[in-house]
Order: sequence, then structure tokens, then C-alpha cells
Amino acid sequence: MATPGTDVRGHTAVTDLDLYERMLLIRRAEERLIVACTDGSLPGGVHLYIGEEAVAVGACAVMTDDDFVTSTHRGHGHFLAKGGDLDAMFAEIWGRATGICKGMGGSMHVADVSKGILGANGIVGAGFAIATGAAWGAKLAGQGRVATCFFGDGAANQGSFMESMNVSAAWDLPTVFVCEDNGVSEFTVTSTVSGGPLVERARAFMPATVVDGNDVHAVRDAVGEAVERARAGGGPSYVEATTYRIRGHLEAEQHMLGGGTYRTDDDIAAWQADDKDPIARLATRLLAEGTCPREDLDAIDAAVRNRVEAAVAFAEASPPADPELAHTIMFGPA
Amino acid sequence: MARKRLITAVNDALVAEMERDEKLIVFGEDVELAIMGDTRGLVGRFGRDRVRNSPICEQTLTGMAVGLASAGYRVVLHLMFNNFIYTGMDAIGNQMAKLRLMTGGQMELPITVIAGYGGGNSNAAQHSDTAYPALMNLGGLRVAVPTNSADAKGLFTTAVRGRTPTFFLEAAGRGGEMGEVPDGEHLVPFGQADVLREGDDVTVVAIGTMVKPTLRAAKALADDGISAEVIDPRTLVPLDEDTILGSVAKTGRLVVVDEARDRCSAASQIAAVVADRGFASLRAPVRRVTVPDVALPYARNAEAALIPSPERIADAVRHVTQKQFA
Repeated sequence: MATPGTDVRGHTAVTDLDLYERMLLIRRAEERLIVACTDGSLPGGVHLYIGEEAVAVGACAVMTDDDFVTSTHRGHGHFLAKGGDLDAMFAEIWGRATGICKGMGGSMHVADVSKGILGANGIVGAGFAIATGAAWGAKLAGQGRVATCFFGDGAANQGSFMESMNVSAAWDLPTVFVCEDNGVSEFTVTSTVSGGPLVERARAFMPATVVDGNDVHAVRDAVGEAVERARAGGGPSYVEATTYRIRGHLEAEQHMLGGGTYRTDDDIAAWQADDKDPIARLATRLLAEGTCPREDLDAIDAAVRNRVEAAVAFAEASPPADPELAHTIMFGPA
Repeated sequence: MARKRLITAVNDALVAEMERDEKLIVFGEDVELAIMGDTRGLVGRFGRDRVRNSPICEQTLTGMAVGLASAGYRVVLHLMFNNFIYTGMDAIGNQMAKLRLMTGGQMELPITVIAGYGGGNSNAAQHSDTAYPALMNLGGLRVAVPTNSADAKGLFTTAVRGRTPTFFLEAAGRGGEMGEVPDGEHLVPFGQADVLREGDDVTVVAIGTMVKPTLRAAKALADDGISAEVIDPRTLVPLDEDTILGSVAKTGRLVVVDEARDRCSAASQIAAVVADRGFASLRAPVRRVTVPDVALPYARNAEAALIPSPERIADAVRHVTQKQFA
């Protein structure tokens, strides 16, 4: 397995096959979560990232473990793309003591501070300010680190979006705002609740661009430019990645919708087609370019599936969370 | 020892801690000119990288404190008034208070939030709240309410060196009060109440701003032959339950004086603790002397009528010490 978190500055080149494998790992892991969710293995809900993998993988390809990211409800992709451990993530989602957060956080809160992953977050838009604060710390430390805030178009209607862009711009902070524009705010079509293009909000404060969020190279290049600017002291940037959420806001959402819908099956199918799906698109390109034969991609897939099953086995063999922890870790030492 | 204003004691502690730890950062609304006094002179001494005026955007400031602490800094965030805690509440309630647990203990957040509380200055309802009951209920936050210069220095130093988000709440308008302050390093541990006056007939727990009127009441009561023991809890989270219970075991009576609104006040919590753990000691009903469940009005007389006065405190003490409860 390639090690995610290598650097665009050329320390270790992230190859196209690395990108492919990282996207596929997120996809296969989450497909396995659908099964686990359906068969009742999981104590809580999961919000899946399927269809948006190119954003996390493209963006994190230009970061190191020293850079910070804040994530969303839909955080598995960011966690894995930034180098989080799959075993520890699954154990967390299964509510086990070996989980990355010892079973105290769950799917919506996977975090690995040692990798700069400041956490998925259950509050829509909470990452804006946290990333801005981390970016301030990065700037004060003067080591060229950056803080990237992943957020959705739904979160862009929180007031702290404007506030955090304002502080980041006013203080020239190395904050990179990566908007995953999947067109929906939970169960509401974002265009019905948003005034004006989101990118124009960002343009008031910083360089802002819109890219094809299902093209992993386009995301990597745009975020790479933003990260380079931030590392060089050039201040914050905004990258809007147009993408689509294939699954519901959360798994089993149909039980909550009471027969209602907020999008059509045709919409979903169109984004699942090979000319839209980020993983299929990269595979098509790799095959067309002759980078590798089909068998190599199949071999990667087989290895990834094995990796995912091993993580399931690890989680299921792990002891349950320790209920006493809630009492012992809530407060730090005096 | 030297006599100093309370606000100067906090300022001294801030300077000492900033010199001690170069990763201590102070930010917030108007900290450079130090409108509240406690951050005065810091920007000149430590520079704008470490002492910085923020925009007025509390929900982002509280979240930034979390992010800055995550990045390895110690943070002092000045929010000016307790009422602005409400505008910054998301990151306080959902992030600061919870991330240590939610991340399985990975995330340490050494954050101290300063904010003034309480009425008495005709600041009207949006600059006069006493918000600690809400903070006490969130879990994961420590709350200090210093009432004199020495404790202000000692509690602030403990707060800043701690590893848990802490609210350091200053009694609004009382920063000018003088008191003896130990020279050099001075730490007051959290969860250790101070018995300000010993007595045998009744235990009066006075929180923060209420210490002064309570001591005045205790003096008047002494003239009438009633001996009140006055306890300043100094921190509400953690709360020194043992000192309060020990005193009630001696006196058999409890009055709690609190500038928070009555419903779910800190006084209510202390009354509940004593009912739970000290019921057998009680010889009279517990009385709370608090602000009624209304907003503090602007007009001085209307405001004064709501904030516990020495007279109201003394009346409560007389009630619980009357003969029928002997």
C-alpha cells in the first residue's frame, strides 16, 4: 500500500496508481459499511462519501502529515485520504475499544490528531473556525504548514463561512477552503436555499476557483496551487469541487423520508455512469494512456477488498468500548 | 505581598505566563487597547503575533480557539461579556466541551476564556448576564469565579496552565477592587473553597459577585447574635462539595447566594448536592437567594431591586435560623 500524505513539493511523488488505490480504498470500505449498516453490525448511523472520493484524495495528495484538515459529517474519505488507519476507523465505527477514538466518537467523529486530522464533525460548518484557528497556529509556527477545511455547499450557508474567510484573509492565514459542492444540504436541494453562486462569496476575500470535483487530477492541481500559495505566505484560497453524493445524507434515509424524495433516481444514475464516476474516470484514463493493464487495476481492487475485510475482522474481534472512559477522559489533568 | 486591583492581578498573571510559555496566545475583541483592563500593555510587550484584536465574530472566535489549541498553542480568548458566550456557543458547547471525550482523549484543549459577568452597572440585559449555569451543565468545562485579587491571580495562573477548557469569569465592574496579592508565582488549585468567615449557626455559600454583600450581611447578623459561616467556592466546576457539606454538618443550615437567575442556578446545584449528601445534617429548609427569572433592567433602581442585597441575604438567614427550625 502506498502511504498517503506525501507532498506535492516532490518529496515523494504520488502516482496515478496511488490516487486510484486511495479512491478505491474509500469506495470499497464504504460499500462494506452499507452491508454492515444493513445487517445491524453498527451501533449508529453512517454518512457515506461514495461518489466524492476524488475530492479528498486529490486534495490530500498535496499535503503531509504535518498539515491540518477539518472534515464534515461525511468524513471517512478525508480520514483515509489523509493517512488515517482503516482498522482504527472501522473499529471506531463498530464502537470498539481499539477505535481511533476508543469508541467515543463514532463514524461522524473520526479524528487522528497525530496525522493532522482534527476530526469529522457533527455540526455542519464547525470546521471553518477550527481550520482557521489551526491555520493561525501554522502561520505562527512558521514551518509552512497549512490547514484545509473540507465542507459542503450546505455548510456554506453558515455564518462562520464568511467569518472564517474574513479572518483568514485579514490575517493572511494558510487556510485552504475546499467546498465539496454536491448540490444537496442534507435533504434539501442547495439551490433552493442559497442566494447567488458560492464561489462569488469566496471571491470577495481570496483567490477562488471551481473545478470538476470528480476529476482527481483537477482537484489535486487546484488544491496544490492553493496549498503552495498558503505555504509561501500568500494567504488563503478557495477551491470549489463540483461533485455528487451517490448515497443518501445518511444510510437508510428512506426510512426517514416517509416516501418523499428530493432528487430522482435518474439524477443519481447519471452521476454513477463511467463518464462521471471519479474512479471509473481515472481507470479509463490509465488504461487509455497505457499506464497499466486492466489486470493491474483488478489486482489493486482485489488487494483493497482484502484490506477492507481484514479491517472488518479486526473491528469485530476487538473488545467493546470501555464505558468508564467517559468519566476519565472528559476532563484533562488539572 | 502588595495591594493590587483585581484586574492588575490578572494582568500580572498574564504577563508572567506569557513570559513562561512562548506558545501562549491572547486574542479577542479589543484586547490590544484592553477595554476590560486585564490585557493592558501586553501587545507592546509581546507583539501582535501573540496579542491580537479579533474581528467581532464570536462563533468563529470560539472555534478558532479550538483550532489554535489543536495546533499546539495555549490560548486565552477574551469574550468581554458573558452574554457574548451565547453568540459563541456552538464551539463552546459542541467542540471545546466535548472534543476531548469524542476523540478518545486525543485532543487536549488548553483554552482559557475570559468574560465579565453580572449586573449592577446599568448595562442592561444584554451586558449583565451571569452565564455560568449554562457552562456548568455542558460538561468538560471548568469554571472559575474569583472574588479577590489574590484568587484572581492564583486561579488565572492555574487556568492557563491547565489542560482543560476553562472559563475565567470576572465580576463586571469589580476589577478596580483592591486586595493583597502574593508576590511571584501564585497558584490557587481548582475545587478548593475558601472559608471567608467562620460561624456556627448557618452556612452561607456566596458565589462570585455575591461574596461582598454576603459578608456585609454576615456582619449585620453578628450584631443580632447570628453566627454565619461564609464560604466562597472559588470554582464552580470542580465544586468543593466536601467543604460545603462539612460546614453544613456543623451549622445544620444552608443559604446559597448567587447572581444567576434562580432556575437551574449554581445555587440550585449546590442546594441539590446538600440535599443529596447532607440531608441528615439539615435542620431547616435550604434557601437560595438569587436573581428572579427575569432579565436585568437598565434603570438603576429596577436593577438593584433584583440583585441579591445584604438585606435579602440577611432575611434568608433569619428565616432558616428562626426558632421553629431549632
